[in-house]
Order: sequence, then C-alpha cells, then structure tokens
Amino acid sequence: MKHLLGTQDLSREEAVLILDTAAQMAATQEREIRKLPTLRGKTVVNLFFEDSTRTRISFEAAAKRLSADVINFSAKGSSVSKGESLKDTALTLQAMGADAVVIRHWASGAADQLAHGGWLHGSVLNAGDGTHQHPTQALLDAYTMRRHLVDGPDGKGLDGLHVAIVGDILHSRVARSNVHLLTTLGAKVTLVAPPTLLPVGIGPWPVTVVHGLDAALDGPQIDAVMMLRVQRERMTGGGAAFFPSPQEYTRLFGLDGQRMARLPEHAIIMHPGPMNRGLEISAEAADSPRSVIVEQVANGVAVRMAALYLLLAGEEQM
Amino acid sequence: MSGAFIISGALVYGEKAADVAVVNGVIVPVGDAPSTAVRVDADGLVLLPGLVDLHTHLREPGREDAETIETGSRAAARGGWTAVHAMANTTPVADTAGVVEQVWSRGREVGLVDVYPVGAVTVGLKGEHLSEMGAMAHSRARVRLFSDDGICVNDPVIMRRALEYVKSFDGAVLQHPQDLRLTEGSQMHEGEISAELGLTGWPAVAEESIVARDVLLAGHVGSRVHLQHLSTAGSVDIVRWAKSRGIQVTAEATPHHLFLTHEEARSYNPLFKVNPPLRTAEDVDAVRQGLADGTIDIVATDHAPHPVEDKDCEWAAAAFGMTGLETALGIVQSVMVDSGLMTWRDVARVMSTTPAAIGRVSQWHGRPIAAGEPANLTLVDPRAEHTVDPVSHASRSRNSPYAGRVLPGRAVATFLRGTPTFLDPRCEGAFA
Repeated sequence: MKHLLGTQDLSREEAVLILDTAAQMAATQEREIRKLPTLRGKTVVNLFFEDSTRTRISFEAAAKRLSADVINFSAKGSSVSKGESLKDTALTLQAMGADAVVIRHWASGAADQLAHGGWLHGSVLNAGDGTHQHPTQALLDAYTMRRHLVDGPDGKGLDGLHVAIVGDILHSRVARSNVHLLTTLGAKVTLVAPPTLLPVGIGPWPVTVVHGLDAALDGPQIDAVMMLRVQRERMTGGGAAFFPSPQEYTRLFGLDGQRMARLPEHAIIMHPGPMNRGLEISAEAADSPRSVIVEQVANGVAVRMAALYLLLAGEEQM
Repeated sequence: MSGAFIISGALVYGEKAADVAVVNGVIVPVGDAPSTAVRVDADGLVLLPGLVDLHTHLREPGREDAETIETGSRAAARGGWTAVHAMANTTPVADTAGVVEQVWSRGREVGLVDVYPVGAVTVGLKGEHLSEMGAMAHSRARVRLFSDDGICVNDPVIMRRALEYVKSFDGAVLQHPQDLRLTEGSQMHEGEISAELGLTGWPAVAEESIVARDVLLAGHVGSRVHLQHLSTAGSVDIVRWAKSRGIQVTAEATPHHLFLTHEEARSYNPLFKVNPPLRTAEDVDAVRQGLADGTIDIVATDHAPHPVEDKDCEWAAAAFGMTGLETALGIVQSVMVDSGLMTWRDVARVMSTTPAAIGRVSQWHGRPIAAGEPANLTLVDPRAEHTVDPVSHASRSRNSPYAGRVLPGRAVATFLRGTPTFLDPRCEGAFA
C-alpha cells in the first residue's frame, strides 16, 4: 500500500491486516510506556483544509506514539478562488521532505489529486475529502464492531453482521467509506434515510434502503446501528431543505430509548461524532451501556497508528 | 497568396476526385485558371466548405490570459474553420453595440477567420433586462444570434420576450438549457458515478425541462430557438418531437458530448469538467444518433479556453469548459464518419452549411463548392492519424481533454476567400 485514499481500493486481506495491526497497536497502548520507536525520523504532515480538531488530534496522537515528527499545516481559508493552493502546498511539503501527508479537504477528490498529481512522492492518507471518502473512520468503525461482535476477532472480517447506517447518506463520506468496507468484510448494510438524503444513482450499491428507523427495526436483526450527524442547516435551508423540520427528522430517524429497546441485547450504538444530542440521537441512547461512541475515538488512534505504520514502515512486511 | 491556385485531385465532399480552381478568392471553372496557377496536390484529401462554428469562446475582451481573438482565430484556422461565432460572456459582456463592434473589427484585423459576435440576451448576462439587441443587430457587427451562454435564460417571461423581439431582425436566441435552481453547486452528471465520487449532481432533467419549455415557447410565439450543446437522450427526444410538430428549433452537439462520458470524472481531473457535464454512454449514443438523423442540426465546439491555474486545482474549484477548435474535426471523423453514421457530405452540412444558415451568414459561408462561390474551403486529411498534444495547439490555453488520445484525421489546409489561413507542411510547399 502506497496510499490510503478510500475503502473501495482495499482488498479483504488488506482491510483485515489493518484491523489486526490496529489490535496490536491498541495492545501497546496498555503498556506503561506507550511510545513506539517505529517511525523515528519520519515526517508526517497533517494538512487540513477544513477544520476538524478531532480528526487532526487523533492522527497527531497516532503519529507521535509511533515517534514520527509531526507538522500540522492548517490551510483553512484557502478559498475556491485560490484553488491552486493545493498544488502549491503539495510542492511545499515535497520540498520539506514529508514522508506522509494526512489530508482533510472540503473538495471531493482532493486526496486522489494529491496522490496522483505528480506533486509529491510521499504517502497520502485521506482524512476526509468533501462528500467522498473517509477511510480511517470506516476502519475504526469496523475495528470497533469486530471487537464487540466477533469472537476471537484476530484475522476475521465481519461476516454475517448486519449494520444499519442512519441519516444523511447524501453528504456523508463516512457512509460511503463504510458501505465499501463493511461489504468487503462480509457484513450486510442497510441505509436508513429519507429519499432526499440518499444520492441519486445508488442502484449498484450493495445495500438495502429503507426510509424510516422503525422500518429498519422491523427488518432483519441489526447488530450495529450507526447514527450519522445531521447538519441543522440542511433541514432549514431556504426553500430547499432536505427535510421539513428537525422535529420530523427526530420522529422518523432519531434513535431514542424506545427504539434502542427494540435492538437485540448485543447490538451496539455508534456515531462518528460530533453528536447532535436530541436530534439524531437522544441522550439516553448516546449514554447507554450499548453506546461505543467514546470507544470509537480511542480506537481511532489505534487504527490510524496501524495505517501510518503499514504505509511508512510496513513495506518490508507487505 | 490569394492569386490563383488549383486544388488537385481532392475528394470533393469526400466523393469524387476533382480539381478545384481558385482565382482572386473565388472558385472558377478549372479551364479559367491561369497557367501560372499554383497546384496543391490534394490526392487522398477531402475538400469541404470552410467550417463554421456557432459556439466559440474567444475570451477577448477581458480574459486575454485564456485566449485572444488572434490566438483563437489561429486555432480556428488550424482546425479547419473559416467562421466562428464569438460568445458574449466576455468582460465587459457583449451586450452593447460598442462591444460587439470591437470584437467584430478585431476579428477583421486579425483576418484568419470571420468572427461573428453573438450578443447577450440580457444586460450583463444577469437574466433581468433584455439587452439592446436591436442596436447590436443594426451595428456594423450585424448580430443575428443572441445568447447568455454559460448561463441559462432561466426566467420564462424574459425568454419569451427575447424570442419575440429578435423576430424583427430575423434573429435567433441560442439557449444554454440549464435550470439554475436544479443545478446549484453542480459538478458533474447526476448518476451512479456522482453518487460514488461525492460530487454534486447536474441532473439530466435540468437540461430537458428547459429544452421542453423553450421549444414550447418558440412554438407559441413562432420564433426561432437554437438549443446549445444538447447532452442527454431526453433532450434529443424532445427536439425530435418539436421538429415533428413544425416548431422552428435547431440544436447543436459538441464534439465532447459525442465522444466522452462521465466515467472520465473518476480521475477527478478537472480537464473533464464541463457544462453541461459529460453524460452516460447511452446519452452519448443518443446524441450521435440524433446528429446522424438530423434531429441535432450541427456540431459546434463550445471551445472554452481556460488558463492552467483554473484547471490545475480541486475539481470543485475548477472552471467549466474545454478547448475544441483544433480537435473537433478529428473527433467528428472518428465517431461519425469512420463509424459509418455519416458521410463527409453530412459533415459539410453539420459543420458548415447548416451552422451558416442558422447564423444567417449563408451568403458568405457554407456555400457549395462550385464555380462562382467564395473560396472558403477546408482540406482534410482523413488518414493523418495523430496523437493530440495540447502544447502544440495554437490556442493560448491547454485545457484539451484529449491529450494523448489518437485521432484519425485533421485539417491540413484552410482557405478564407482564397487566402490560406492555415497550411500544414504537406500543403505549405505549394505556396512557398
């Protein structure tokens, strides 16, 4: 693996290797000294064209625990009219000798362009590009599901599990990455969303689609339910809202205590954060023992350590 | 240079080999050519009437970093064109007699193609007030075509008034069919690939609904409407229906909508970002069939030059558009002629005679290749297989989506009223 741009390029073997490596990384984090010397002398740049403190500090922690040098490069404010800054920034990073660039960008495809533009030689890790892909989020989600739902998880996929992804699929890079990865790992996926928040053209996606959370709960048993963040402005945008009101969204798609009670005992509740409590998820659900939302954050560091390790140090093994 | 010459052995309209003599810019019977006439060996070449582009962005005034009337004219001549219609979305907008006369006279100064300015339908392309179309029509630029191209005349009442108004000087409105509300922020064709790539969709219905509305409006008020760059199968169907009802509608297809599909967006390479977007293979096929059966009247390039920095960036930040003057002929040969869908005589019709008629310049362009006619001529080598290299193009811009592709043929000589405006090395010798 040279780059990690999206989950559609990952084979099952590669995906399982990343999850297994993440498990090893997580184990090292139980030790007294958590820092590993693996990436000593390597430079990892966090290149963020879009604010995301959570994702940035997760990658930063991962790189630092592998002893890499970390440079944070916030390019926010680079506007549409200054589009060439992606290229110039890439050339700058190349000149500085970046071994890996972790990129978060508002434009779909920016990570692909950075990897294939011929501007820099290092590895590119996509930390979210527009509404396209966010592969490490899907990997940490899969890692979390495997830990909770698969016995003796090492070396295994998510075969036979049923995952419901609920909310704004149209604008969600998390959903796109999850659909590919979960399918590759053998899980079944149901998308739960109003038709306005589903892309036109998802016919070929290997998913089942339903238009209400109750309909999903009436269907085949759900092992994990993933609630996506809903942006309030999408509900109220002048004349072109995707949904009549936040209240109606909550009534039809929100996960509350009653709906949570209809999930099987073992089912887990997930959310990529940050949550809108009271909109897509109630406090009762978010704070319940089945919620693994905080654990997802911790697993994110382990998964990102694994990805950095496999891209930068793992060449000999792979 | 414009003295006397004989184009020897060319396949006239791609049919019979014959000699065509030109004296002082006019085609004459071969027997009337003086013995001193230069002889151009055109064995195996196809002779067509000079090509007429109804849709060219020359960018001057305002964006001379992308193209000038001079560089655009040179690109046109190299592509086999003898006339181009320059779109109005310049800075300032071509919405007054002053601007269209400036473009027209600069075109004459350059002298490589006849530049016919297209006037804006509305002031500043804002879609709010009709521009002074009468003043432009009666100016020295003699404007007959009006378009807000790049932006749809979205308001149905403004469109109706424009259609009615241009009748007084036998004009036509060229519509860029795109419902603006349905395409806010749109980046590419809305379908399976946009869903996967996470790029905002430009649905086919946004084009088709305006196509349907405008053919009905044109029928209602009895005016001429010309629909630009049809890109969807549905649009072709609607135009076919409108023609069957006798509505005065004409339509164009671009080379890129005849050739490329939305699959290209997978590269996220903004060279493939264009408006309307590249569509599905089924749409491409329908556009080809529509062109072959006459539903679509003409091929027009929508040559849209952009400087490197407007394309060397994120897809969503990049400008829409691609160059086309220097590759159109090769693409039309590839997808329409070599495939057997059309003959070279059909090419003469869709790239010269009919666009000249729509533009009301038939007295000068798109004339028959016959004695007494102005010598606006294009020689095509249908066996000049070549790899497209935008760096070698005469256009000031390099945003061709065909870089590295192999095209089967190209123009090798272009004559404007008997003056060679482009000669490739093969033909150059004769005039040395």
